This record gives sequence, structure tokens and C-alpha cells, in this order.
Amino acid sequence: MTKRPPPPIGTALESAPQLRAGLPAKSSGITNEIRTQHAVEQFLYRQAELLDAKLWQQYVDLFADDGHYWMPAAPEQTTGEGTPSIFYEDKNLMRVRMKRVLHPDAWSQRPSWGTSHVVSNVVVESINAKNGDVTVHSRFHMLELRRDNTRHFAGSYLHDLMKTVDGYRVRMQRVDMVNAQAPYDYVLQVWV
Amino acid sequence: MLHERIANLAKLVEPDRVHRHVYTDADIFRLEMERIHERVWIYCGHDSQVPKPGDYYTVQIGRQPMLMVRGNDRKVRVLYNRCPHRGNMMCGDRQGNTGEFFRCSYHAWTFHHDGTLKNIPMMESGYEGTKLTRANPDCNMKSAARVESYRGFVFASLADDGPSLAEFLGTSKIAFDDMCDRAPMGEVEIVPNCFRVIQNSNWKIFLENQLDALHPSVTHQSTGRAALDVENEIKKKTGHAPLSYHMLSAFASVTIEKWDDFQTLNYPNGHCILTGYMGLRPQDPDTLVYEKSLVAAYGEKRKEEILSTNIHHVLIYPGLSVQSPLQQLRAVRPLGVDKTMTEIWHFRLKGAPEPIYRRALAYYNLVNSPATLVNADDLENFWKIHQGLSSDGGDWVNFQRHYGRDVENNGVVQTGPGMGTSEAPMRNQMKAWAKYMESGRGAD
Repeated sequence: MTKRPPPPIGTALESAPQLRAGLPAKSSGITNEIRTQHAVEQFLYRQAELLDAKLWQQYVDLFADDGHYWMPAAPEQTTGEGTPSIFYEDKNLMRVRMKRVLHPDAWSQRPSWGTSHVVSNVVVESINAKNGDVTVHSRFHMLELRRDNTRHFAGSYLHDLMKTVDGYRVRMQRVDMVNAQAPYDYVLQVWV
Repeated sequence: MLHERIANLAKLVEPDRVHRHVYTDADIFRLEMERIHERVWIYCGHDSQVPKPGDYYTVQIGRQPMLMVRGNDRKVRVLYNRCPHRGNMMCGDRQGNTGEFFRCSYHAWTFHHDGTLKNIPMMESGYEGTKLTRANPDCNMKSAARVESYRGFVFASLADDGPSLAEFLGTSKIAFDDMCDRAPMGEVEIVPNCFRVIQNSNWKIFLENQLDALHPSVTHQSTGRAALDVENEIKKKTGHAPLSYHMLSAFASVTIEKWDDFQTLNYPNGHCILTGYMGLRPQDPDTLVYEKSLVAAYGEKRKEEILSTNIHHVLIYPGLSVQSPLQQLRAVRPLGVDKTMTEIWHFRLKGAPEPIYRRALAYYNLVNSPATLVNADDLENFWKIHQGLSSDGGDWVNFQRHYGRDVENNGVVQTGPGMGTSEAPMRNQMKAWAKYMESGRGAD
């Protein structure tokens, strides 16, 4: 896989002057919603792009210090605490996963492999009027090629995003794969 | 060709090496299903998977789709998942509750939970003068020939004759004793989640890996190093890191030379035990609370005996790998000569405090989930092994490490001192394999 330079992450529309032109100086409610929608979409697309570009450190950096990546074992689960999960990782565990994949003897990842994520159906579920934090629901489809085998994973993301001066940070990314409970032919080694 | 190969089965297994066809030949695989998996005791599931009458769980024994079901009489039975009428599978879901009775989706034949016929629509008029009568056992869903359980772990054998479950398990029953005794209430309860992972390799390759003490520091080096780095950083910052890091960093901290200090114990019928290596007797506040609950349940002396049981893995040949101190098990379901499914479960120790369960859960998530930080590299090896064994580049699989230096005592083969990496478990498994395959009968 060719490595691309990292895209700027979580650049909210408001903080990108070149994009601000053309918007009314005094924004109406609708405009604010559009701005948030746009900023959130850009964030999700770029986050997915980091996975496909294998920019693991930058992916981990998008999580808040107390952030979690969670893929429940079953869709009815409401917490990763005390229940089985496919992934339930704080930033430290995410760093273990990253360091493992980057190790030259991560045997299972030596054969060439790559992914392509498509994120869509982005719905901003709620906006915190005080601090700008948002909850976003979206759908994804991921195709993976490893050695000669193609696999598909698809499902939904639920992002709990914290607004910071550097753009959004993930407090919780919940990943519900529609085929999470199917048998795995081989396993998952990085975040979906 | 087939007859020739089967007649020569004995020549395929030598005490210290095995011919590659044992792993790759589809005819031998079919014969294995017939002579091993469909005869010996196979683990079906845990009692607590089917708590209510009518609860069922499907399970594959050899090539046979079966059902484990609890009856109104509370008894757990194992039936063939097949309607005796036209062969339709009775339950299409992996699990569920069948209600008061089983009902076939094709012609509404109904059966009690024990498989006996309840009703056939218009039976009297439809079958008058035929051989089909209620008294004919061909009208029932067929049962597994024998079903027995030990401490809630249900096994079935599809052969009428053969040893009892207790005789078959022998010392390997310690897997269940060790798991259950660690619970203050003396029993475990299943956590109702099964992770299923397919290996593109022969089933024996997985079993051999389970007690292979030479591979962890090689195969799992990347995860061991990564976890050790982060563990050390956390320790520096906060003084102590969660036990889950230790579970992973042991792959790096226990170097290849140290593995000879462990031991395997090899029993009749191919069962084996690998002694513990993770030093899971921490003295943190949670553990102390747990130890108190064990003392209350069993007394100080017995508590000490229970907690000093030194087991990492117990392999119950040919289909179950149990990690009793962490309450995990993996059941092996061969799907084809080069395809194997593992069904991975974990358990709660009844009466133990929540933080103790969290340790089992951490291991289940990190090591045994479909995002495993450990087994991925094993799966890669398994596939590569199977590919390599399909090659004409050589005919033999070599099991000579520390051969001739094992210590045998009353039928138990122990690795010698400082020889923990002995390939004794593989030799022992193949000995059982050859016995089953040649006799065409279950264990004796």
C-alpha cells in the first residue's frame, strides 16, 4: 500500500478560513446544522481514510485521552464493561494493537493486505448546545484483501465526539457489524 | 488406493514422526470422522447453555448435525437434528427454545423433547396398514447413543459401546475440577456468547499447537513486545499495570529458553496437560477478597490446594482445549480435511467477586475474540503448515524433540526436568490417533 500524506483531521468548517467565504456572516440555525453536518462528515471520512492508509498513530490520536473503541459481541449490549466484546480498547490497548501490527514479526500481517472503507448515511443524532459535542450515527462498508482472500464487513458506527480546538476527538466509537456474529474466516487485526 | 492407504495406516504413524497424509488426505479425514469423532466422547456444551425446558443448542459431532436440548424433566439430551419422516433438519437456528415440543417445518410432525414422536397429522388415516406405527422407533428423532455430563459439561458419544465418560477422561477431568473448584459455589455458569473462528487447516494442527511450549515466544513475539512496552509505560506512570497486560507480555518476557522449565503431562487417549506459566496468583485487594470467599467455602487448606493447581491448558483429545484457571474453552469442530471451526466460550465462577470474572473476560476479549491479539499468528501458522504438508517437499512431520527422554509412570508420560518443550504431547496425540484408527473403535 502506498502511504499518503495525512489529511487534516476534524477541520471544522468554522476553523477553515478558505471555506468560510460564501457563508453568511451571521449564521442562521439551519446554517449551523449544515456546518456541523459537514464538519462531522469530514471527520468520519478522514478517520476511515486513516485506516485505509494504515496511519495507525494518527488514528489513535483521534481518540480522546479517555476514549474507547468498542465493537460489542452482540448488538443488544449497552456497555463494554463486564460483557464480552470483539474490541473494547482504551488508548493504551489501542497502542498495543498498533505496536503489534507494526512489529516486523507480526506474522499474520506479513502477507500483503489492504482495506477500503466507505462511510455513509451520516446522521447527527444530537448536538450539545453548550460545548458543541455531537453524537453521530453512520453506516460503513469495508472490503479487505489479505493475501488472495477478499472479505466484506459492514454495519454501523456510533461516534460520541468531543469538540476541541483541534477538531473533534472520539470519546466512544461503537461499531456494530451486521456480520459480527458470523464465523470468522481468519480474524480481525486492526480496527474496522 | 484408498484400501492401500487405510491398510497402511500403521505405517503412517511412527513413535517420533508422522506421515503428512495423516493431515492432508481426504479419505483419511472421512475415516477419522467415522472412527474417532463419531465414536469417542465429544463435548457438546455446558448445562447452563440450555437453562429452560425446550432450550436447545445445535452442535456438530463429527459430520453429524446434533441438538443439545433440555426437557421438561430438566434432563439434557443430545438428538440428531433430523426429522425421521423425510430428513428435514428440525432446528434451523443455531440456538433457541422449541417450546413444548419440536415441530417439523415440512409436514408438522411433532416430537417431545426426548425425541419421541408426539403426533403426525392425520396419522390414523394416513398410515393405516403401513409399518409406520407409534411403536416403531423409526418414528422418533434419533438420540445420540450415549450422553453423560461431568460437573455440568455435557458430552455425547455416537457409539453404543466404549468406555464411560469418566473412564475416557481419566485424569483430564481435572480441567473441569480446576475450573469449578475455583468457584466458591463449586460450579461455573456459561457466559452466553460464542466466538467462532475458522482455521484453514486440519484439526490436528490446532490440537498440536495447544501444548506446543516451543512456539509462543516465536509466534507471539510481536504482541508480547508491544504489550511489554505499553505495560512498562503504564507502570512508570501509575506504578502498576492491569493484569491483562501481563497475560500478553508473558509472550515476550518468557523467552524461548525458559519454556523448557515448564512441563507437559501426557495421558492415555491423547489427553495432555501443560503446566502453568503466567504466575496468576497476584496478591492485589481483589484477589484477597476472592481468596477469603474460597476460605469461607472450603477452608484454608483446600483453598490453598485449589489455587496452587498449576495448569495452563488441558487438552481433551480429540476436540476440546480448556484453560481452567481463566475459565475458557475452545471446542474443535472439523469441517473438512483442511477446514476446522473453533467455538470459543468462557465462564463465570459462581460466587466469585466481579473483578475475578473481569480477568476471564479480559483474556476472552484480548486472546480469544475475533480481534485476538494472539491467535491471529497461530491461524497464519496453521494455514502455512497445512500448505506445507500438501507439498511433495518431504513426507514426514518430525516430533523428535526430547524423544527418548520422557519419563513414563503408570501410563503417564511426563517430560523430563528442563525438557518442557518436548514434543511428547504430539507423540501422545498421534499414539491415541493410531489406536483409534486401527481398532476402528472408540477408546478403551
